[in-house]
Amino acid sequence: MPVRLYLNSVGKSFTMHLQGGTVIPVVENVEFSVEAGECVVLGGPSGAGKSSILKMIYGNYRCDQGQILVTVGDEIINVADAEPRQVLRLRDNTIGYVSQFLRTIPRVSAEEVVAEPLIAQGTSEAEGLDTARSLLSRLNVPERLWKLPPATFSGGEQQRVNIARGFIAHYPILLLDEPTASLDAANRAVVVRLVEEKKAKGVAMVGILHDEDVRQEIADRIIDVTGFSADVAA
Amino acid sequence: MNVFKADDPLLQVHNVPRYYGDRIGCTDVSFDLWPGEVLAIVGESGSGKTTLLNCLSTRLAPTAGAIEYRMRDGSMRNLYQLSEAARRLLMRTDWGFVHQNAADGLRMNVSAGANVGERLMAVGDRHYGKIRETADDWLGRVEIASDRIDDDPRSFSGGMRQRLQIARNLVTHPRLVFMDEPTGGLDVSVQARLLDLLRRLVADLGLSVVIVTHDLAVARLLSHRIMVMRHGRVIEAGLTDQVLDDPREPYSQLLVSSILQV
Repeated sequence: MPVRLYLNSVGKSFTMHLQGGTVIPVVENVEFSVEAGECVVLGGPSGAGKSSILKMIYGNYRCDQGQILVTVGDEIINVADAEPRQVLRLRDNTIGYVSQFLRTIPRVSAEEVVAEPLIAQGTSEAEGLDTARSLLSRLNVPERLWKLPPATFSGGEQQRVNIARGFIAHYPILLLDEPTASLDAANRAVVVRLVEEKKAKGVAMVGILHDEDVRQEIADRIIDVTGFSADVAA
Repeated sequence: MNVFKADDPLLQVHNVPRYYGDRIGCTDVSFDLWPGEVLAIVGESGSGKTTLLNCLSTRLAPTAGAIEYRMRDGSMRNLYQLSEAARRLLMRTDWGFVHQNAADGLRMNVSAGANVGERLMAVGDRHYGKIRETADDWLGRVEIASDRIDDDPRSFSGGMRQRLQIARNLVTHPRLVFMDEPTGGLDVSVQARLLDLLRRLVADLGLSVVIVTHDLAVARLLSHRIMVMRHGRVIEAGLTDQVLDDPREPYSQLLVSSILQV
């Protein structure tokens, strides 16, 4: 299968200027690739830099060293030095991010929040909302909530709205930041199904999954991030 | 919907400084703005953000440098080499300017409908019925009830005035809108409504926006890209969520860490 994503000697540290310029090394020489239809899970204890790696791939954190190469059609784009508008274009059409935390926007209903990425890819509003409702229903978000803004929902409900939002559109690359944390067994199973469907469509995925069962079910490969630890390398 | 439709920038700013005597208003500012892009300029008061906004919108001539704008015919023109008449036409039709204080952007002694209709007349509309109809439509889009069309904005609340100012600016379908702290001085609930409205209108109309704000939450919600200013200089710029989640400069880190968590 073709390689969709390739991280080459990626390194990252934070300089905390407000703490006297303390430098916190995060990762060094991160090197792996992900093929279409493959789900790679990042392993290692918390603080090992798993989330930072996902955020660098998404362009949310800056990448200090190395390259993050993404295949877009016939083109290869290096996220590490891409222009802001290139990164935004990647986020519209190429890289999706499923996180645990929903950033709610006042007055925007749950179904609109979910449908937005699909509509952004050119689907009509009616079809986008239909797809959104069926996903919300699969994830057991009660129908009475669909038209309400999610700001007042419970933590679990917000999380499921965000998962629906993350899975609704088609992205060749999907980043999963603990999508099953604190979900009940039934909803975990739904997420596993969603991931399997994406795999079948050839989506390349990189995930952080602490749940051992879910990990067993969806991971094709586990990469231990402690191998990229900046402390070890130093 | 793709955020950026065209590959050519709409506005190009080359090394623009503005001095007040010996004092720096802003200096060394260069950037490009693309169609459909929202750029937030953030920083404390006195950082030069309003000076820059005024230079960009031809309200204040820069001391040097060049600001180029892509006219509707596709040509790039230096704003400060345009004739005064051409510049005024641009401001009345192709641009909008949303002031922090709505009274600065509205005519307070004429009706809401006339405030919106006036910009249409400026671009040549003469048919009264049609102007009124368009004005009514725009009042609806900014959530002002039809029965307020003949009231003048002095009888409006702060939030309504601000929404009216936005309607007045957008009625001519501008391509570029400047905003100076558009949510400043409003109650939080009023602010949330206005922000949501702005977010939708900007996306639906594919507007390019340069917005000055000291509120990083506003910048996060509305903008694609952010420039952090301090002492008249741009000290950090980039993708909005990247600058806010992974700020690099000491001052940006201070700004981000100073946000109160609710």
